[in-house]
Amino acid sequence: MRRFLRGLREWAPALVVAVAVIVGWELAIDAFDVQRFLLPKPSEIWDALVEQRSELWNAGWYTFSEALWGFVLGSGAAILAALVLARFRRFGGALMPYFIAANAIPIIAFAPIANAWFGIEKGSKIAIAAVLCFFPVLVNTLRGLTSVRPAQIELMRSYAAGNVEIFRRVRIPTSLPFVFSALKVASVLAMIGAIVGEYFGGSQEQLGIVIKNAAALFQFETAWAAIVVACLLGIGFYLAVSLAELLVMKAFPAQGNA
Amino acid sequence: MSTEAAAAVSLAGVTKIFERGQTHALDEIDLEIAPGELVSLIGPSGCGKSTLLRLVADLVEPTAGTITVAGKSAHRARLDRDYAMVFQEAVLYDWRTVAKNIALPLELAGWSRGERQRRVGEMVELVELTGFEKHHPWQLSGGMQMRVAIARALSLDPKLLLMDEPFGALDEMTRERLNLELLQIWEQSGCTVLFVTHSITEAVFLSTRVVVMSPRPGRIAGIVEIDLPQPRTFDTREEPRFFELVTEVRELLRGHLAAHGAPEEELA
Repeated sequence: MRRFLRGLREWAPALVVAVAVIVGWELAIDAFDVQRFLLPKPSEIWDALVEQRSELWNAGWYTFSEALWGFVLGSGAAILAALVLARFRRFGGALMPYFIAANAIPIIAFAPIANAWFGIEKGSKIAIAAVLCFFPVLVNTLRGLTSVRPAQIELMRSYAAGNVEIFRRVRIPTSLPFVFSALKVASVLAMIGAIVGEYFGGSQEQLGIVIKNAAALFQFETAWAAIVVACLLGIGFYLAVSLAELLVMKAFPAQGNA
Repeated sequence: MSTEAAAAVSLAGVTKIFERGQTHALDEIDLEIAPGELVSLIGPSGCGKSTLLRLVADLVEPTAGTITVAGKSAHRARLDRDYAMVFQEAVLYDWRTVAKNIALPLELAGWSRGERQRRVGEMVELVELTGFEKHHPWQLSGGMQMRVAIARALSLDPKLLLMDEPFGALDEMTRERLNLELLQIWEQSGCTVLFVTHSITEAVFLSTRVVVMSPRPGRIAGIVEIDLPQPRTFDTREEPRFFELVTEVRELLRGHLAAHGAPEEELA
């Protein structure tokens, strides 16, 4: 109970801000006579959310599953690639400049082409989300794996430890904070990739299409309700990755986040 | 050079040239260390004393010459875990507790959990860290971190201990206390110690012999036998003989610095 109260006191300022923004928003729309296609009232968005909850939920889940698969495939491939590149440094040195350059490519530009490559249904969205996740996770993981101080490697070698042991006991634990900060970014990118990918076509039951069609039909409350669902799913995704980070870092504590 | 298996460490004609920058780190080093000795290497920065230690540890390879540790090649000795090394920093792994840091060499050597626990308990007691087993490195002072590093080095009961300026970053009082603790451990275990330092008084206080080195390229300028009585105590540092030996080492260092025109301040 005491812990709950202390938690409440910590969160109270943020809650007050949220309530103030929503109330201010509601009142400002009437006060300034804002057109509803520019910005509907929060109460109207809420009504749309409740009314169309099953459609929105289905669309949200569809989009989220694309983002999740993209995240898993992209990040997984990136971590594996980083392990290989960290193990074979010369190889890594040759490829690294291209990865950094590729990181700067606006992947979203490929969305229409991805439809042709991976199919207009889930495949193309998963591919875009995966590619968006891949580079930041690769670059950060590689940085983590290679940011070990030389003395830590010398110590392991002085005990006749081979490369596999050094990876398992030193490089991988050292890289974990880097990996998780990249995975948090990737969770956000995966949602962006999935939704923007959907704008270029596909099944009717996905958030990107719901937003696009609702806006075209002047159903702005529905469009905004879909955006709210996307936000909630995105925040939930980010929090899930943060929770995983918390659990892993408890097993491998480092100074500063213990 | 005789084939006596007795030498703990033996270097013959050891030369090391680093390819990058063509640095001539060590030139024709001959040195023989008997089992149970505590030998210090001292010299200005750039004299190759740390490189010499890493050559014995098989962490770098010599350009020429041979190195044997306990009658084997340095490489074989490393694979057999015949020595343990203590670095300038403690080099502890943050995600491991004190107990698990000490247990690392035992894990690598394949000891069972029960054996590891028993041995870690002994080591924690030896370096007086009882009660800190579950702490993480960043929760300890510099002196305590170094104690963990020493406990880890001793956990496999090595015949040879290689120490690279282990107390250089510590304050004077902690350093003097750890010096005495190191001597106690050395006496009890009977291991051989090769100790790199740039403190003249530390070298004289600890050692049975002090090897004075000169820089560019690294050579042995002279070896001073330290005939102070064992065991050394806090009072050893106040004996007239201690000052004579300190002066002797300093003269050797100064002679070579003067000959090379290097400024004397290079010696801390």
